[in-house]
Amino acid sequence: MDNLLWLIPVSPLAGALLLILAGNRMSKAAIAFVGAGSICLSAILTLVVGFNFLSNTPPTGIMSQTLWSWFEVANFKPEITLYLDALSLVFIFVITFIGALIHIYSAGFMTTDKDYSRFFACMNLFVFSMLMLVLADNLLLLYLGWEGVGLCSYLLIGFWHESHANGYAARKAFIITRIGDTAMAIGLFLLFYQFGTLAIPDILHKAPESWSNGSSGVTIVALLLLAGGLGKSAQLPLQTWLPDAMAGPSPVSALIHAATMVTAGVYLIARMHVLFELSPIAQTTVAVIGAVTLFIAGFSALTQYDIKRVLAYSTISQIGYMFLALGVGAYSAAIFHFMIHAFFKALLFLAAGAVIEALHHEHNMFKMGGLKDKLPVIFWTFLIGSASLAALPLLSAGFYSKDQILWYAWAGEGGNPWLWLLALLGAFITAAYTTRMMILTFWGESKTTVSHKPGKLMTVPLIILAFFALFGGFIELPHNFAHFTLFSNLLQPVLPLTKLNVNESSEWLFQLIAAIATLSGIALAYFFYSRQPMRLAGLRTNGAFNSLYRFWHSGWGFDKAYDTLLVKPLVYVSRANKHDIIDRIYSGITTASLTFYRWLSLTQTGSLRWYVMGLIVGAIIILTMQIML
Amino acid sequence: MTIAFYITAFIAILSTLLVITRYNPVHALLYLVVSLLSLAMIFYLLGAAFAALLEVIIYAGAIMVLFIFVIMLLNLGKETAEQEKKWLKPKVWFGPAVLSLVLLVELGYLLSIPDQNLYTPDQAVEPKIVAIALFQPYLIGVELAAMLLMAGVVGAAHIGQHKKVVLHRFLQEKGSV
Amino acid sequence: MNGISINMVMILAAILFILGIAGVIIRKNIIFMLLSVEIMLNASGLAFIAAGAKWAQPDGQIMFIFILAMAAAEVSVGLALILQVYHQHQSLDIDKLKEMRG
Repeated sequence: MDNLLWLIPVSPLAGALLLILAGNRMSKAAIAFVGAGSICLSAILTLVVGFNFLSNTPPTGIMSQTLWSWFEVANFKPEITLYLDALSLVFIFVITFIGALIHIYSAGFMTTDKDYSRFFACMNLFVFSMLMLVLADNLLLLYLGWEGVGLCSYLLIGFWHESHANGYAARKAFIITRIGDTAMAIGLFLLFYQFGTLAIPDILHKAPESWSNGSSGVTIVALLLLAGGLGKSAQLPLQTWLPDAMAGPSPVSALIHAATMVTAGVYLIARMHVLFELSPIAQTTVAVIGAVTLFIAGFSALTQYDIKRVLAYSTISQIGYMFLALGVGAYSAAIFHFMIHAFFKALLFLAAGAVIEALHHEHNMFKMGGLKDKLPVIFWTFLIGSASLAALPLLSAGFYSKDQILWYAWAGEGGNPWLWLLALLGAFITAAYTTRMMILTFWGESKTTVSHKPGKLMTVPLIILAFFALFGGFIELPHNFAHFTLFSNLLQPVLPLTKLNVNESSEWLFQLIAAIATLSGIALAYFFYSRQPMRLAGLRTNGAFNSLYRFWHSGWGFDKAYDTLLVKPLVYVSRANKHDIIDRIYSGITTASLTFYRWLSLTQTGSLRWYVMGLIVGAIIILTMQIML
Repeated sequence: MTIAFYITAFIAILSTLLVITRYNPVHALLYLVVSLLSLAMIFYLLGAAFAALLEVIIYAGAIMVLFIFVIMLLNLGKETAEQEKKWLKPKVWFGPAVLSLVLLVELGYLLSIPDQNLYTPDQAVEPKIVAIALFQPYLIGVELAAMLLMAGVVGAAHIGQHKKVVLHRFLQEKGSV
Repeated sequence: MNGISINMVMILAAILFILGIAGVIIRKNIIFMLLSVEIMLNASGLAFIAAGAKWAQPDGQIMFIFILAMAAAEVSVGLALILQVYHQHQSLDIDKLKEMRG
């Protein structure tokens, strides 16, 4: 029943509008009902529509619903068309389902906040924008959703706007993603210039005809779209905003900066994969950026002490994995990892939020500890989430998705031993920092007492997400296990199957290596943080190690570099231009005329003889002109 | 004829120069009368007898007399001469004199374009012809001039009135009670 | 036959006119300034007469008559004003009459 497709994005929009208009007059229960209920309605509708789509799949694999024509200028006529295929189905499932759970959680998390309705209004608006992004049929509509999620991200990061630091973090996020957005807009202009339309199916059909493999035109467009994705997905070099974005409430971090908005770049590249396939340079760039980002972010995560910042760097790292997979041509592996990552990362953020709330807003992990017995539900769900993140072999869903990526990094079409090596080291470090986080937060002696335990509204979503984080991986088992490829079969009409360069039979070796890497990472962290914590303190007295540690802690100095290279000159110029130069030109005109006025008024002496002298001088001048000419 | 013209012209220039450099206003006026008379002579030499007539009667006769009357009314005598002596220091008249000289040179240059047109006495313009022209094409000018003169008379009469200022007896100066 | 060249008459008129202007700006006494204005008017009248004589037309003399009428009216009003100025400021210095400055 494709006439229900439009309700999926409209339901959150209606919720947002209702809350914006009437929010302060509604009771808390009503606000929560509208806010969370609209997303739950979307989730149910997604299940219905998805079930229908899967059972009677249209022959083209696409279900689209045109709502109306947006505008018409010359020959350009974009329409508001919702476009459902396997790829967008996966995305809307994740967005609505995880979104619903997060909204239910935040109904409990934000009860004591005075801006209850504003929160839900912004969250609903965000879900609407994200749904429009993934359901868009043409790039203009996608850009609408793109900008919408950027706006809502700004509004929600700076939600507690009374503190200046939050506003600064929100502005930083917005400005950095804007840089990516501008590049993407230029890419859209180039696409329009080339094809005369921005409809995605048309572009993907016409691209191979217009551009030959590796031509500069398609490379430039692909790189510009990639730049847009880099901004939204917080990859190198635009990754500095995400750790600071943790200033927002935890549900915001869970929804926007873990599960959905930061994956918009992944969606864009997967959707426009034809362009990337036509340009090997762009595709290699994607893979390299992904690999380097995941490596860098891993080290940064290892040295943070704020629990949410660890998770933020971890998000950057995991999305690096997705980019790596897209770059080597393993599209379905990237989307699979996206789905699993959404589950466990949202779970981790929500659980971290619950911990912070229970310890009365304590973010520093070194001041936590011993929560294993005090907060059992949170402990077990956090454990499951961490296991998935660290890709604990065989048990957790994260293992299956990350392992696939590692395999394709070696064996895929664009695969490369160096990429595989970086990814492997990344897996090792991921396991290490995840274990570190667990040990510091839940084991050891309790340094801060629990003020109050979280309620049912907060714990039930955690349990549901934990279930999926544990068992979600079983829908796609590697080839040598059981060849159960439900997920990639689903995506096959949209995304091509990954081609292999190497013989399949050596896959078990790589799985073994990956498993060893994970286990050794866990062991290392266990050694340093549980067994012999004094060793680490001893290491830190060493000057070189300490400066390296601090370098990793500051995110490899990117913030400082951007500050010195870009921010300081700009602020200097804007301060120097405090009395606006352009304004000065205009006020200079008035000053000049005032000066002339003053000079001229000196000639009005009131003395008659002076005036007659003026007459004489004038006569002389005119006569001189007569003589000369 | 030409000699007469040049001599008269010389007298006119000389007397005009003396007009503007005298200290005593009455002296200046008299020199101006001389200048006007010589100008009337030049008019006659140019054949404009009617104009010469008018110049003597109206200009030298009426306007200059008006000036003399005012000077008598204002009682400008010795003190004025002293005052003028003080006011006419070299640094006062040097600049303007230079300026005027420059202007003169330019005017002279422009006027001395070689376009000699000699006048002979047969070409004198009769007063009769002037009168006819006054009453035919230029009639309206005459009417306007009449209106102007009336305005002048009325204006002068009104402006020249002396209104007696009446002060309250407390404000009157001592000694005039 | 010797005739009077018009150029010389014009130059004479120019000289007289310049002398009049010089008189206006050199003298400070209002009476003298008015006198110099009269000189100027006269000089321009001479120019008109000369022009009229050159073309043997009455227009020059007619213009001179109008100038004369105008000068008469102007002098009468001007002298009345000078009388008032003297009555108000007790001085004939034109530099005292600077209320129009600025």
